[in-house]
Amino acid sequence: MGFTLSNQQQLLSKIATGTGDSENTPYFDGWKAFDSDPYHPTTNPQGVIQMGLAENQLSFDLIQEWVLKNPEASICTAQGAKEFKDTAIFQDYHGLPEFRNAVANFMGKVRGNRVTFNPDRIVMSGGATGANEMIAFCLADPGEAFLVPVPYYPAFDRDLRWRTGVQLLPVACESSNNFKITRAALEDAYEKAQKANIRVKGLLITNPSNPLGTILDRETLKSLVTFINEKNIHLVCDEIYAATVFTQPRFISIAEILEEEDVVCNRDLVHIVYSLSKDMGFPGFRVGIVYSYNDAVVNCARKMSSFGLVSTQTQRLIASMLSDNEFVDRFIVESAKRLEARHTRLTEGLEEQGTTCLKSNGGLFVWMDLHKHLKEQTFEAEMALWRTIIYEVKLNVSPGVSFHCPQPGWFRVCFANMDDQTMDVALERIRNFVLQDKEAAVVAMKKKKNCWQSKKLSLSFNNYRRFDEVNMSPHSPIPQSPLVRAT
Amino acid sequence: MCMLSTKATCNSHGQDSSYFLGWQEYEKNPFHEVSNTNGIIQMGLAENQLCFDILKSWLAKNPDAAGFQRNGESIFGELALFQDYHGIPEFKKALAEFMSEIRGNKVSFDPSHLVLTAGATSANETLMFCLAEPGEAFLLPTPYYPGFDRDLKWRTGVEIVPIHCTSSNGFQVTETALTEAYQEAQKRNLRVKGVLVTNPSNPLGTTMTRNELNMLVNFVEDKGIHLVSDEIYSGTAFSTPSFVSVMEILKERKCVDDNGCSELWNRVHVVYSLSKDLGLPGFRVGAIYSNDDRVVSAATKMSSFGLISSQTQYLLAAMLSDKKLTKNYISENHKRLRQRQKKLVSGLQKAGISCLKGNAGLFCWVDMRHLLRSNTFEAEMELWKKIVYEVRLNISPGSSCHCTEPGWFRVCFANMSEDTLDLALQRLKAFVTEYYNIPEVNGHHQTIRLNHSRRRSLTKWVFRLSFDDRSPIPGR
Repeated sequence: MGFTLSNQQQLLSKIATGTGDSENTPYFDGWKAFDSDPYHPTTNPQGVIQMGLAENQLSFDLIQEWVLKNPEASICTAQGAKEFKDTAIFQDYHGLPEFRNAVANFMGKVRGNRVTFNPDRIVMSGGATGANEMIAFCLADPGEAFLVPVPYYPAFDRDLRWRTGVQLLPVACESSNNFKITRAALEDAYEKAQKANIRVKGLLITNPSNPLGTILDRETLKSLVTFINEKNIHLVCDEIYAATVFTQPRFISIAEILEEEDVVCNRDLVHIVYSLSKDMGFPGFRVGIVYSYNDAVVNCARKMSSFGLVSTQTQRLIASMLSDNEFVDRFIVESAKRLEARHTRLTEGLEEQGTTCLKSNGGLFVWMDLHKHLKEQTFEAEMALWRTIIYEVKLNVSPGVSFHCPQPGWFRVCFANMDDQTMDVALERIRNFVLQDKEAAVVAMKKKKNCWQSKKLSLSFNNYRRFDEVNMSPHSPIPQSPLVRAT
Repeated sequence: MCMLSTKATCNSHGQDSSYFLGWQEYEKNPFHEVSNTNGIIQMGLAENQLCFDILKSWLAKNPDAAGFQRNGESIFGELALFQDYHGIPEFKKALAEFMSEIRGNKVSFDPSHLVLTAGATSANETLMFCLAEPGEAFLLPTPYYPGFDRDLKWRTGVEIVPIHCTSSNGFQVTETALTEAYQEAQKRNLRVKGVLVTNPSNPLGTTMTRNELNMLVNFVEDKGIHLVSDEIYSGTAFSTPSFVSVMEILKERKCVDDNGCSELWNRVHVVYSLSKDLGLPGFRVGAIYSNDDRVVSAATKMSSFGLISSQTQYLLAAMLSDKKLTKNYISENHKRLRQRQKKLVSGLQKAGISCLKGNAGLFCWVDMRHLLRSNTFEAEMELWKKIVYEVRLNISPGSSCHCTEPGWFRVCFANMSEDTLDLALQRLKAFVTEYYNIPEVNGHHQTIRLNHSRRRSLTKWVFRLSFDDRSPIPGR
């Protein structure tokens, strides 16, 4: 049978042959550069340092110690083997009760025990990746939309949209007020959707924020609650970085807001996405959670969780670990301490060189401001600078444009996925780059200042249009490639 | 009440089917050998519990795999961080080799064409997302696994059009049935994207013949569509005729790469899992095997939504790389399944009940048509309810598997101890004796091998007797 290539292509779905997986991006250059030339302190000291991967590697020793002391937590050891069979055959999508209890307990502790979580509302998923897709499937039909404040985690474009057909519409947040989510911006985004005949089903926030590393304050959270109630739309709070908040002001979960006396909220509208990938540093174990206050959503999500259940072997390990209250309390405190120390090391090191970051107190990264180093305040210049940082400075950092940042010049730099020595090497490289660039930067700055003044108004408009291009084009940059070296 | 998605509010998750309702009844009153001997015995769950001792003994001898260690050094951190959707290479290699071993090494699998997924549930859904648009259709022979209604259709929007198979030829797929199904789809304005078969079959417990497979391959080649072969039970083919994988058929036709039928080669995909062969459904280990690079690529990215826990990949990599273990396991598994199936079949015979002659799977396809009040699905449901509530056995009615003939039931045999199976058979025998008063001959119940008309009159006679003094409505 003589099938032409186009016939053949029609045999696969649009989803499979299109680019909604959001991975076909120029951003991949960073990953390729790292993969082909990965830094190693002894065998490849000139290699590319990976600072584009938001991993938490700072507290494994604590966990390893616990694992060694608790052999019965593994079903494969002599101590745990008697549970092997029951664990291996358990495929109930409710999950092991002890797993749900332990996760609910952990979530409460991470929030300082200011709120408690009902284990019966905990639904498993294939990581937060699976959780976000699942919640989109539950709440929205193809063509409907979620509002998302920018900048946001690039893989949302895949997770929320690819197979679901749901749209993501940006809520404009500006660097001029530290990317605060304003009521005006929310209304504006909602109105835009109405005008375009797009039905908005919900608002998705990440708190603490990726890539900003900041937390939402009480007033903002309350205003979000007011907004979604007025519009009768859902609020999905991705709290994946909840335990990474290492200093004041403390993290406030949406769960806490719901308990406040003066807050009026239809709880059926509120859902939390969680995972152990960041707080515990277990992305490989694929422990994702959807926590919904809406019974129908819990019901539906539970059935959908069949497509991404957590391995019972892992459920058991987690159940055991997270119900060890002494360990959990110690871990949360120690992890925060180490994150703070690392964060300080990086931000102070950058300050010394005159590089500022957005003031942040959470996450596994900083939001670094390099707009001074841009040849001009455009995203093209940002990409050019990014290529310099990858190929010459040899650091894989993530350009702001890939997070749909409205202003160019911002870069997300991860700090928790390496040891102190590697961090120092990275800082040294940045220092050298900054010094080299200083003169040129000063000259460029003088030029830019003049341009900046006159182009200010039109620039923001251009940026928004640029965002649309970036968002809708076949080459949306997505930095969060899951490619990871195992060794 | 705010609006959820259509998917959330419809019921094409298929969970209202009797297949799941039986489970629910079981959950309310589960049999236990010690603490609840009157409870419902679960025979609706196709689990393989027969060979755990082999796995446990391996674990005891291999502490490294068990304890997150490699050569005594902890690799916990490495594993905890590993989220590459390409999977742990050692695991994929071991899995590919295991799949080959199950097929008697008659075909080999390239690990780079293997996509890891969270169970076959996820594998099947992912394939549908890759191969079909919402509103397009796949043809499936009936009876089929009830979970397909959810896995293939729910979130994908893909339709299933049944290929009707009947007992007249042991439920084999015929060319006529295939053509009719294709035409039915066209009548309904559904574009057919492929055929999906389960081989060995769930719920039939049989392997597909070479003829059937060749006929299917001819069909998809002619129509230019896909063939998905869910071979999740490939390791449970315990007696002759031996299992033939669709990959073998393709190899025989020399459909490799550029040699003549490469397009066909690219349109055949295999789904696998360790849930049945190794009895590890809780670990969520599934896989898609495709020769089409684009399918592999798209499916790999989609697997992000349901990756296999690295902890589990690591354990199984070690296990499946141990060729002594796999060789021993495969043959011992066959032996025990064969013995267990024999026990069920003969026990059923003593109750005057016959089965489709099966050679694979974890269940028998049982013929209870002679026990129906009438040749209808209502009567099947009635009988099923009696069996669940009175006999206290959870078995799966054929209607939940979309069987076109009433009276067939899937009865699982590998998810319980021998004693429990004995008890289940005793209960069934007692039930048949009481309800149908079939006289014993030579100490056995007469096996009813009547032709259809005689069976009908016997049924009438039997029911006249039983309904005189008993209500046909079950007590609960």
